[in-house]
Amino acid sequence: MESPSLLEMRGIAKRFGDVQANDGVDLTLKCGDILGLLGENGAGKTTLMNILFGVYAADAGRIAIDGRIAHIRNSADALAHGVGMVHQHFHLIPRLTVLENMMVGQSGRGLRLDRGFALGRMREIERSFGLRLPPDARVGDLTIGEQQRLEIIKALARGARILILDEPTAALTPQEAEGLFMALRAMAGQRMGVIFISHKLHEILAVTTRVVIMQQGRVVAETANDDTVSKKRLAELMTGHEITPPSKVPTTPGRVRLRIENLQTRGGARPSLKGVCLEVRGGEILGIAGVSGNGQAELADVIAGVLPASGGTLEINGTKVFRFTPREVQALEAGRIPEDRMGTGLVTSLPLRSCMVLSRIRERRFSRWGFLKHRAIGRFADQQIRSFGIRAAGNHVRTGTLSGGNLQKALLARELAWEPTLLLAAQPTRGLDVAAARFVHQRFLDLRGRDGAIVLISEDLEEIFALSDRIAVMFEGRVMDVLDIRAATVAKVGLLMAGVREAA
Amino acid sequence: MTGIRLELRAQSPWWLNVLLPLGAVGATLVLCSGLVVLAGADVFTAYSKLFLSSLSTAFNLVETVVKAAPLVFTGLAVTVAFRAKFWNIGAEGQLLAGAMAAAFIGAREGLPAWSLVPLMIAGGALAGSVWALVPAVLKTRYKVDDVVTTLLLNFVLFYGMMALLDGPWKDPLSGYPDSPDIRMEAEFPILLRATRLHLGVLLAAVAAAGVWLLLRHTTLGFEIDAVGENPNAARYAGIHLAAVTLIAAAVSGALAGLAGVGEVAGIHFQVMAGLSPGYGYTGIVIAMLARLNPIGVVPAAVFFAIIITGAEAMSRATGVPVFLADVIQGMALVTMLAALMLTQYRIRLNRPGHE
Repeated sequence: MESPSLLEMRGIAKRFGDVQANDGVDLTLKCGDILGLLGENGAGKTTLMNILFGVYAADAGRIAIDGRIAHIRNSADALAHGVGMVHQHFHLIPRLTVLENMMVGQSGRGLRLDRGFALGRMREIERSFGLRLPPDARVGDLTIGEQQRLEIIKALARGARILILDEPTAALTPQEAEGLFMALRAMAGQRMGVIFISHKLHEILAVTTRVVIMQQGRVVAETANDDTVSKKRLAELMTGHEITPPSKVPTTPGRVRLRIENLQTRGGARPSLKGVCLEVRGGEILGIAGVSGNGQAELADVIAGVLPASGGTLEINGTKVFRFTPREVQALEAGRIPEDRMGTGLVTSLPLRSCMVLSRIRERRFSRWGFLKHRAIGRFADQQIRSFGIRAAGNHVRTGTLSGGNLQKALLARELAWEPTLLLAAQPTRGLDVAAARFVHQRFLDLRGRDGAIVLISEDLEEIFALSDRIAVMFEGRVMDVLDIRAATVAKVGLLMAGVREAA
Repeated sequence: MTGIRLELRAQSPWWLNVLLPLGAVGATLVLCSGLVVLAGADVFTAYSKLFLSSLSTAFNLVETVVKAAPLVFTGLAVTVAFRAKFWNIGAEGQLLAGAMAAAFIGAREGLPAWSLVPLMIAGGALAGSVWALVPAVLKTRYKVDDVVTTLLLNFVLFYGMMALLDGPWKDPLSGYPDSPDIRMEAEFPILLRATRLHLGVLLAAVAAAGVWLLLRHTTLGFEIDAVGENPNAARYAGIHLAAVTLIAAAVSGALAGLAGVGEVAGIHFQVMAGLSPGYGYTGIVIAMLARLNPIGVVPAAVFFAIIITGAEAMSRATGVPVFLADVIQGMALVTMLAALMLTQYRIRLNRPGHE
């Protein structure tokens, strides 16, 4: 018997100013489906899901759940209809514990919060889907993967039967992603429906039952995930043309751009570095792999001058630095793409033009005697918007209204504009679509070709392997090993990531 | 069935900056009209007295402008601080610090006459700065909450001042808890004969232009905005957080201090308990009404000056208590905060289920 439709969206349309974000979109989800929603940044996937979750009102179209028309005006309506969503950016309260976060927004008995009830729901969900978390851990201490698990548990606890996951694996290690997939399959096995937005084609292939591809606000292709579907085919359907991997030409390593010796930090709330030694030369990309929370972020912050080191030496372009400021690092021709674009990279409430010059406002080019050169700033911003293909209505738009991929391009445009000779990039393509990620990668390779050095911190092993000349693996604040790309395999790196050193 | 929802705006259109405060003021007056009715007066008469009496004669007009001067200063002070997210609730204390410095310098017999006015201005600004830097240092160095410290330091300063006025600083001639009068040469020159239009009014206008220039056209203003909007990103971008916060606090305190200088050198010629009827707090309302825009501070300050001066005329004519002016101030803050949401979001009416 044909399984009934859990969700039907028909003729959904949504316009933002001049952009038709959704243009007559039809989408069907059956019980037990894991639907992969694919498309480039700005194709309208997130808009469509936000309409389903009640964040936006559709200009036209209707939504039916279990065959009945559903009026979803806000997220409470969505939850009441059994629609749960895990956003790219989590909505958790770091100071509270896992259990307390579970109880936020849930009705207790009267004013008293019902711990026992929430705990019971957690246990049930653990039994049904294998999703487990320590109830009394502080959310701020959880890894990104664990925080995401909490978001999923929260959605399930509120009775979600349709679960929307927007870029769920962007910040996960391969192992964590596999754990997530198991949970998703368990949900599908219990006749739930899952909508899975991702840019990682191999994951779409691995976990979904059907794939819907969107382009410029429309559904352009829909296919069952069977043997006829390949990564290459999906990429072509998505972009409308063939994708060629970036070409990596051999370079000869030049002068030392960054030398780190025995670098240490005091831990406190963050993981500490325990004697990190690294060296990166011009014309070289050093990939830093590791499960998140093993000191990569701290290493990046020390090099950027934000986190003070407690010992060791750091040398950028031949200058030894110990206690220094971000501005001094910039003066040494070092650029930085921070991991958290919205938090530490850009000021989302300021206009795009301000973000484009944030770190360089004191330079002659943009100010003189302390006075801003507004025209020069505007010209520069326009030029960067053009050359990096940033989709924005102008240089005055509020930065926060740009999509994730465009935010990343803006950050890249800012940091690469000054031709740094050392670039520190953390998770540079997290949440980016194939075309945008390829664009970023090409810029890195261009810089490498100009004798620039790049430190690429990434949890995406595919990216690490595609770009790096050497791979350093971090574990518990130490560099386990540095492998030449020719000698490195995923298995070797994976073992090192888990802290296992192979017997020689 | 119609629903209302809020959507994020890509850009707030410029006319909102004008429309919103006007709307907020309108809503405030409607809401406060209930009180007027309760006081047994006719709403229209009361409001027309409130607004028109301060503008009716040339004398009243000048008085209103004179009243607006300290409000412009405190409004600007709060604007600069709030833009950097330094929650300076202490403009009142900084104003008094400036006033005390001015009164002290202005009464010094040993100083040459020509130096008195410039020294009072500089000294008052400096005193305001120092008083604002205390909570700013506590915030940047020890992460002490600035709302609490700036607010409480107002009382420290006020009662400290009263202790001085009742003791060593008491005017020996009058015997009241007032400071001795400043010297004649220390009084601000009068710009318009036979009125109280003093130099401080001009200074306030210049200050508004100066703050606009600072925030809109200088790297410091740019950095103040960046620090205020996202301190983390600002720090990663190489902006020195503590330095920017301290400078913003110092500028804010100096502006509030100048409000005090103007009151001493242009109006009262001494400090006493009633020197400021809460100008520092009204400055917060003014800054919010102006959406932290220094040019907007001027009309907002004039508006409150009208209400404050008009309240007495209204009270005399209709019997509505003068405290209505205070209620309007408070209510305006509330309605403006509500209206501010509309600058970031647009309201959409949506009719679900259209096919």
